[in-house]
Amino acid sequence: MDLVTEITILVLAAFVGFEVISKVPATLHTPLMSQTNAIHGIVLLGGLIVVGYANSTLDEVIGFIAIVFGTVNIVGGFMVTDRMLEMFGTKKKPKEATPEEAEGTAGKDGAS
Amino acid sequence: MTPVAALDPTGAAVGLLYIVAFSLFIFGIKLGTHPKTARRGNGLAAVGMAIAVATTLAQKGIGNWGIIIGGIVVGSLIGAVASKRVKMTEMPQMVALYNGLGGGAIALIAWAEYRHWVHIEQQLSEGVADIGTATGASLSVETLGQFFSVSVPLEILVPTLLAMIIGSISFWGSNVAFGKLQELIPGQPIALPGQKVINAVLLLVLVAGCVYLGVNNDLADLSQPVFILMLLVAAVLGTMVVLPIGGADMPVVISLLNAFTGLSAAAAGIALDNTALIVGGTLVGSSGTILTLEMATAMNRSVPNILFAGFGAPIAGAGGGQEERPYQSMGAQDAAIQLAYADSVVIVPGYGLAVAQAQHVVREMADELEKRGVTVEYAIHPVAGRMPGHMNVLLAEADVPYEKLREMDDINPELPQTDVCVVIGANDVTNPAAKNDESSPIYGMPIIEVGEAQQCLVLKRSMSPGFAGIDNDLFYDPKTSMVFGDAKQIVSEIVAELGTL
Repeated sequence: MDLVTEITILVLAAFVGFEVISKVPATLHTPLMSQTNAIHGIVLLGGLIVVGYANSTLDEVIGFIAIVFGTVNIVGGFMVTDRMLEMFGTKKKPKEATPEEAEGTAGKDGAS
Repeated sequence: MTPVAALDPTGAAVGLLYIVAFSLFIFGIKLGTHPKTARRGNGLAAVGMAIAVATTLAQKGIGNWGIIIGGIVVGSLIGAVASKRVKMTEMPQMVALYNGLGGGAIALIAWAEYRHWVHIEQQLSEGVADIGTATGASLSVETLGQFFSVSVPLEILVPTLLAMIIGSISFWGSNVAFGKLQELIPGQPIALPGQKVINAVLLLVLVAGCVYLGVNNDLADLSQPVFILMLLVAAVLGTMVVLPIGGADMPVVISLLNAFTGLSAAAAGIALDNTALIVGGTLVGSSGTILTLEMATAMNRSVPNILFAGFGAPIAGAGGGQEERPYQSMGAQDAAIQLAYADSVVIVPGYGLAVAQAQHVVREMADELEKRGVTVEYAIHPVAGRMPGHMNVLLAEADVPYEKLREMDDINPELPQTDVCVVIGANDVTNPAAKNDESSPIYGMPIIEVGEAQQCLVLKRSMSPGFAGIDNDLFYDPKTSMVFGDAKQIVSEIVAELGTL
């Protein structure tokens, strides 16, 4: 892909991003940040690609660390965001049900 | 282990699947504009991520499965355990740490990419040398370069360098921010003499390094030592930029580092020709930028001012007027009586509430008051706490309905009709000097105008000034009563007193 096409994508994505994100209310800014933490876990893709052409142990170590970091971002980011948003969503919840509830949802959204 | 159908990385299938993935990110964030749909949005974004990862794994050239699977398993375990264990009060630290992880991953990926070219160069020169030995001619990659193009295209090299620099700054800056929030290193600004000059020199070194590596982009001229040196210089720069920034400015710093990480990911996306990385990174970059600007506006300061002007130093002297001024204080019992007989109460939370973990007892207090027919609402300043929206999450954790959380501009006009404002662990965001005193360093910062309310209770440990070191006239206002002690303890006492009334 040529550079201009890629910059076009970047600029358009920036406009879409500004448009959508500026509508997120202040109440949800912390979940927004942890969700964007999860989204920049997309760097995992870069780790997967570079580890494919690793030629030395150092390359493999670098790739491994990058993959771990990216995955922590994705799994940790989405799960903790889910935990937070659960608190915003439900108004009344019986205290006893909380642990299992958290247990059940965590697995579902922990996509990796 | 090998995927059934290996996809061409530049083919239509990969491109289309990435479009599905980033559309889900955007749609997920869009649903995040309302508390009711935000959770579903987060789930959709996670599905998008799963698609992006699966698509990448199915591409040709993906190998080293042991490392991939090992890395994903280790990362998933750490992420899952951390997300369960982290307390809501610790969210700023966690977000700082995750920003850092993202930046660190990018810097490492950029380094691996550079090493890849160096390796190609080595293989090529060995191959050329072999041909040379076989044919008896003296061949090298340089001589070969006269006939073939053997350089790294700048449109790949430049984004790689940018990704490395921004990623490394973000990694180290975020680690320092994490250390400060976790109180591993002092929260006060730490500044070296001539810090600005040092930072400027470091930045110049990085620019010079980029130019040097950019000019020497022929395979034969690649210089890994220079690359590693730049990685280290960026690390020092990231550390030096965040060290002098402390406490109350943290919301801006965290948002800015968030933007940096996103930008570095987008740069890496350009280097790797990966649209999902470009769009994902840019979305994060936009989000971080918006939050940075909002936080800066909420403090009435420019971003460069926050980054480069140590807030603490000059002000500590200015605010140090030692004369004793009269103020009123009362105990939990009197406070409870005042609250119980009010019609409307507005609670103004700040970082002190998070430190004391007082969100649950505050909610209990509100419940007790509401039972008595008192209207209770919460006024949230945009920079209350240590990250954007920090207070909202804490109160949501305590089951406070989000409708009761009011934004500053929204609730300020109602404060004159409010009977009692309760300021819990907040200070500078209520300081009337921001409105009245042009000489004050926070002059012009929008505040929650608690001074307008009929009565004001300030729950605070002592009369000591807040992080910024600025004396707060609110405390000496005749309508204000101080209630000294740990926020959680005082509020518990008030709850107990309310029960006996």
